[in-house]
Amino acid sequence: MSEELTGAPTFLDKFPQEAAVVRAALWSSFIALTLGAVFGIIQALHRTDILRVIDSTDYYTVLTAHGVLMVISFTIFFLVGAFTWAIVRSFDRNVEDIRYTWTWYGMMVTGTLMAVVAILGGFVDSIDLSADVLYTFYAPLQGHPLFYGGLAIFLIGTWLAGADWFRSWRAWKAENPDERIPLQAFMVLTTMLMWYIASIGITIAVVGFLLPWSLGIIEQVNPLLTRTLFWFWGHPVVYFWLMPAYLLWYTVLPTVAGGRLFSDPLGRVVFVLFLLLSTPVGIHHQYVDPGIASGFKLIAMTNTMFLLLPSLLTAFTVVASVEHAARQRGGTGLLGWLRALPWRDPAFTGMMLAGLMFAAGGFSGMINAGMNINYLIHNTLWVPGHFHLTVGTAVALTMMAATYWLWPQLSNRRLFSRPIGLAQVVIWFVGMALMSNAMHIQGLFGIPRRTAEPQYQGFDFATTFGSVTELNMQLAVGGTLLFISTVLFVGNIALSTGTPKLSGLGEELTEPLSAAHDSPEILDNLKLWFGIAFVLVILAYMLPLASIISRGGVFGPGVDPVPVIAEPIRVGIQPLVASVEPTVSRVIAVVGSVVQ
Amino acid sequence: MNIHNYEKIWLVLAMVMIIGFISTVVYGATAVGIEMISDEPDTIDSTALDEDDRFSEPRVEKVGDNEYEAYVIAQQFIFRPDPITVPANSTVTFYVTSPDVIHGFEVVGTNANTMVIPGEVSQLTVEFNEPGEYGILCNEYCGGGHHTMEGKLIVQPEDEFEQGGNDE
Repeated sequence: MSEELTGAPTFLDKFPQEAAVVRAALWSSFIALTLGAVFGIIQALHRTDILRVIDSTDYYTVLTAHGVLMVISFTIFFLVGAFTWAIVRSFDRNVEDIRYTWTWYGMMVTGTLMAVVAILGGFVDSIDLSADVLYTFYAPLQGHPLFYGGLAIFLIGTWLAGADWFRSWRAWKAENPDERIPLQAFMVLTTMLMWYIASIGITIAVVGFLLPWSLGIIEQVNPLLTRTLFWFWGHPVVYFWLMPAYLLWYTVLPTVAGGRLFSDPLGRVVFVLFLLLSTPVGIHHQYVDPGIASGFKLIAMTNTMFLLLPSLLTAFTVVASVEHAARQRGGTGLLGWLRALPWRDPAFTGMMLAGLMFAAGGFSGMINAGMNINYLIHNTLWVPGHFHLTVGTAVALTMMAATYWLWPQLSNRRLFSRPIGLAQVVIWFVGMALMSNAMHIQGLFGIPRRTAEPQYQGFDFATTFGSVTELNMQLAVGGTLLFISTVLFVGNIALSTGTPKLSGLGEELTEPLSAAHDSPEILDNLKLWFGIAFVLVILAYMLPLASIISRGGVFGPGVDPVPVIAEPIRVGIQPLVASVEPTVSRVIAVVGSVVQ
Repeated sequence: MNIHNYEKIWLVLAMVMIIGFISTVVYGATAVGIEMISDEPDTIDSTALDEDDRFSEPRVEKVGDNEYEAYVIAQQFIFRPDPITVPANSTVTFYVTSPDVIHGFEVVGTNANTMVIPGEVSQLTVEFNEPGEYGILCNEYCGGGHHTMEGKLIVQPEDEFEQGGNDE
């Protein structure tokens, strides 16, 4: 990337009002990231028993806050900022009504604050406010109505944001009837269609059941039903986090690398595939749930495996684009071209490291998707190990790295420090490599996720290599590095607001090698893809949901709410003997679950 | 639409890999016989487990030659019975349910692992070959005392196993 000022106008020069919204959304995102990181390091040190600054019962308040702030607030605020930028930039027109744009942003902020207040109330015993229900809020654990209400308002905010972008599309199309949808806008619109379909599940769960239930309007819910509706949304939401990263890999990374995107048509195909396949797979989170027939699980498994396809295609296109860039820069040889890339640029290096880690995350995800091998790792620490590679690195690190490129376009100010930025992305990569590796291995030993103290009285975990203590150290060191990296990132952006304003910082995105007109026009038929996606979801979910309801009823087979507002029930279960068992015998797979 | 040759090769390899993965899982589910937790048996009123023959008294029961059934309750924050005692060289079908919130039932270090959802009964069949002791833990967050929720599974040598020694 050249250091001379190109003199091109920035996004801020062209669209000052929209740039303000994007900056606000990004700041909301980074504040959530900072808080999430504080809770993250508390957890990393607590569960490894290195430093316990809170009670173990409060661990679950911390865990709920970490999960919600990171995967709802951090990622989705970044998404709405990046998507607003992408829509306005690629249509090259203002939003239709900036007051409307601020309205949906305001709703998202309000919703977040409501949910966060409900969650943090868990720290204060004297008030009846709590939502220690974790990010998944499985009933019959019951949080405060403020939590569910906040979630609902936040969701409505995201829908209105999507409507804003569809409005821009309609207005643009009226003026450009014969043009192909610009690639970035295409990616935004297909992602939002996926989001609307996915939202059906969580809307029914929250508005139809959990909110009225928490208010006492309905007495019981069917826990399997609300759980299934959660995962109806819960899997596509991971692609909702991922799609902004993909958009940045397809459209910003080639430019930052000094080249051009290999293929625009392939990018469109990939986003259409995500629209079609993201939702009818949620049951793969419920492989070991009772009450769901194994046939439905098999179908979900098959669909899930096909979801690998768009990501594998993306790997090809991104690497091809980067190689093209390297050769443009004079790189040669089978792999020697790698040396010609701008590794000193934190935006480039960050996105490349994020992509590399996504490959690792993809492989551990294939294990999760493997229905029968999933028995071994279900709800163990392996699972957070996996998603800290995907959402925790592929998404989070790409968002941070892209900010290093995007921020000057939004503020007309240079980044405070590129070397600190470079160190930051490398520290994140190293920290996550350590933490995630330790989590994966601990998961293989059966160490559970979501627990304050994975240290038990009656038994030890059998380790096949390394020791639990070593792995705990690795996890804690990794978590600490990630915290440091977050501080460096947010500090760098905060200090950038104090650098002098410059003009001419603008950088244009390069055009793809193979342009949109190489692809069939049917790809741009959003109604068609939305229709097919909708039918696929109905096919995938109609029978399982009907079966759950016919078995257990809409409001459950008789299950009372268990509010987490009250102090948890403490049952005295002092172990008789805290014996230290020889562990070797447990490694032998004496137990195999079989037939019935 | 112009698709580069390398892209086509990559696409074919990707599809081969995906179909390979699906095949291995299907092979495991059919030929090897690793069954998934399923929608058997029926739902149960979780507020009235006392009135259910299986769960009013959580226990291990002999139902055939080397065949046993274990009725287990996972609740905030214990497993019943505890310990669960079964003989070696047996096939044990676990029926696990919950009177309060969602729990996990994981026999540590093995692939015996299921969610426990109030209103549903999880059924899983496990073969025990050799004597030994296993930890059982809850692997789904179930409230403030979640981290204390553990139990024990003892696989006794056949000659030592006594019927009826399993009640709470």
